[in-house]
Amino acid sequence: MTETTDAAEQARTAPDSTSAPLLEVRDLQVEFHTKAGVAQAINGLNFTVHPGETLAILGESGSGKSVTAQTIMGILDMPPGKIAGGEIRYRGEDLLTMPEEKRRKLRGVSISMIFQDALSSLNPVFPVGWQIAEMFRIHRKMKKKEAKQEAVELMRRVGIPAAEKRVWDFPHEFSGGMRQRIMIAMAIALDPDLLIADEPTTALDVTVQAQVMDLLLDLQKEYNMGLILITHDLGVVADVADKIAVMYAGRVMESADVYEIYASPSHPYTRGLLDSIPRIDGGEERLKAIEGLPPMLTNLPAGCPFSPRCPMATDLCRTERPELERVVDGHYSACHYSAQIYDDLRGGAA
Amino acid sequence: MSRPDLNTAAGADPFADAEVVLDVDGLVKHFPLTQGVIFQKRVGAVKAVDGVSFQLRQGETLGIVGESGCGKSTLAKLLMRLESPDEGSVRFRGEDFLAVRGEELRRLRRKIQIIFQDPYTSLNPRMSVGDIIAEPFKLHPDAKPQQGIRPRVKELLDVVGLNPDHINRYPHQFSGGQRQRIGIARGLALNPDVIICDEPVSALDVSVQAQVMNLLEDLQAEFGLSYIFIAHDLSVVRHISDRVGVMYLGRLAELGTEDEIYGAPGHPYTQALLSAVPVPDPTLRGKREQIVLQGDPPSPANPPSGCRFRTRCWKATEICAEEEPALTPRPGVPHDVACHHAEVREDLTA
Repeated sequence: MTETTDAAEQARTAPDSTSAPLLEVRDLQVEFHTKAGVAQAINGLNFTVHPGETLAILGESGSGKSVTAQTIMGILDMPPGKIAGGEIRYRGEDLLTMPEEKRRKLRGVSISMIFQDALSSLNPVFPVGWQIAEMFRIHRKMKKKEAKQEAVELMRRVGIPAAEKRVWDFPHEFSGGMRQRIMIAMAIALDPDLLIADEPTTALDVTVQAQVMDLLLDLQKEYNMGLILITHDLGVVADVADKIAVMYAGRVMESADVYEIYASPSHPYTRGLLDSIPRIDGGEERLKAIEGLPPMLTNLPAGCPFSPRCPMATDLCRTERPELERVVDGHYSACHYSAQIYDDLRGGAA
Repeated sequence: MSRPDLNTAAGADPFADAEVVLDVDGLVKHFPLTQGVIFQKRVGAVKAVDGVSFQLRQGETLGIVGESGCGKSTLAKLLMRLESPDEGSVRFRGEDFLAVRGEELRRLRRKIQIIFQDPYTSLNPRMSVGDIIAEPFKLHPDAKPQQGIRPRVKELLDVVGLNPDHINRYPHQFSGGQRQRIGIARGLALNPDVIICDEPVSALDVSVQAQVMNLLEDLQAEFGLSYIFIAHDLSVVRHISDRVGVMYLGRLAELGTEDEIYGAPGHPYTQALLSAVPVPDPTLRGKREQIVLQGDPPSPANPPSGCRFRTRCWKATEICAEEEPALTPRPGVPHDVACHHAEVREDLTA
């Protein structure tokens, strides 16, 4: 029963970052028109995902990470949401200018999504097997019996015990972990190239979380999917991601390879996050909290959105918004002083 | 993290000689399951809390960790007398908290306060912050502050780090972290000795979570409070607790000092929990041993015979099915463990 994670580790093979990107988000801007004014949920977002790669989008509530997922999927509520600019290129084609009919053929087929709350994402009045089989009936034009057989097979694949018997059970008859497995089954049913997982294990207990995360990564390896993992959990990210994009107030503050970010965080926000979490191995006397609160999206500060909370902020930060710029190869940070922070860290470490 | 010295285990617990504030003995709460509409027949019971004993000492923080459904929130309600237990006793500084009535009860109730998990639903949206924090004084008129209610409320707002001028604002005008501070101010209003914190930071973003945890620690030092800190996040519990109890299906599996539980856990369940916690350090990827538990926790309505964990345990033998292990020191384990096969593991969080 006790097993090391060696196998799981091998599953996370190095992604093929030389190949053409699967998804490219360029200068994306999304607004919400509310009574309180225009909330700028996403302000110029850039990232790429390659086949077989896991990109973690890390951020706190209100940072725009879920809106990003909804925009890529094309399930953003419009209005109040509005895409104010930018491109989302899937295999080179811009999803935002694509005719809806064409996009619908991609949605759930080539690009699919797993939501945080499996109970409210499944239809409570249909058996889970019926819901999985529906994917095959509609998209693959399968006959009922054949579709059901596929559904059972898929339930077995995601580790649901006695799948044959449980195929006609309703969502409420499953535990939280099992429901999330069913959501995963539905998401991978049609062999997607890109899977977006929005806080897939946040609602689960820690022992179940480990099971579900391992399943997700095994499937990713098997199907060579690109995975966008949206989370606020710095521990999960360290365990599974290849690349990280740290979001704050609708922008990427820092992005790099996972080892690079944890070893040399070059944005004060990333550093603040890493310093503020308590550690399971204890040691720290007092947590280094980031003071203050995230900015209102309807009233973003003029310069760097993090400047009101940043211990290093200067007048430059309060007037001029820093762009995401290269620190070293593959490591980008949106801070006027990131080079200095990086050098200090490296100098201190050496 | 230095490993706890097993020979002088008593030395590791700075509160060993402190006065016992809360003495909980054999607490049991079963919720009946009924069938039928008019003649409700009792068909079983959810054994939410099934024999929990511990002592809380002056000035210490006792953490209670466990997964959802383990009974930790029911335990909080029992300690507040929001639910009455079927069996067992709770003594507050020697007085039987469960037996007192009327005026005596009101006097003791003031001494034990609670902070709830969800700062969005635990504050009345129609009441101003000033009214919310002043409400305890309405229920306990004889505890009215001498300086007057409003000055005292302002003082409390200041203590928890909010602007006293915001006394007339409503909960929706505050962020999650600020609302949790309001809840804390309400909990402090009657100068309690014990505060039960039921998942106080789990609804908060990491950067705000650290602020609230620091505040709780400051308040404890300032007012000599004793905390019972209930949470599912093992790192958070380690950070704030002096001693930790691990709950599984209504019972304590293990109870010891923070260093004992995290550095030298003796119960297989604790070991599995600790190994499953994702650590925010990608260089440890695949290097930590991960104990993957199979399946989900059994239903508390029908817990397994003998040891409740045996159905998921890799060490289970015949005796585990026959005899319920008592929470007591075991050979080789200096602290209390409820396992027939208790054995210390030291490498799980290092």
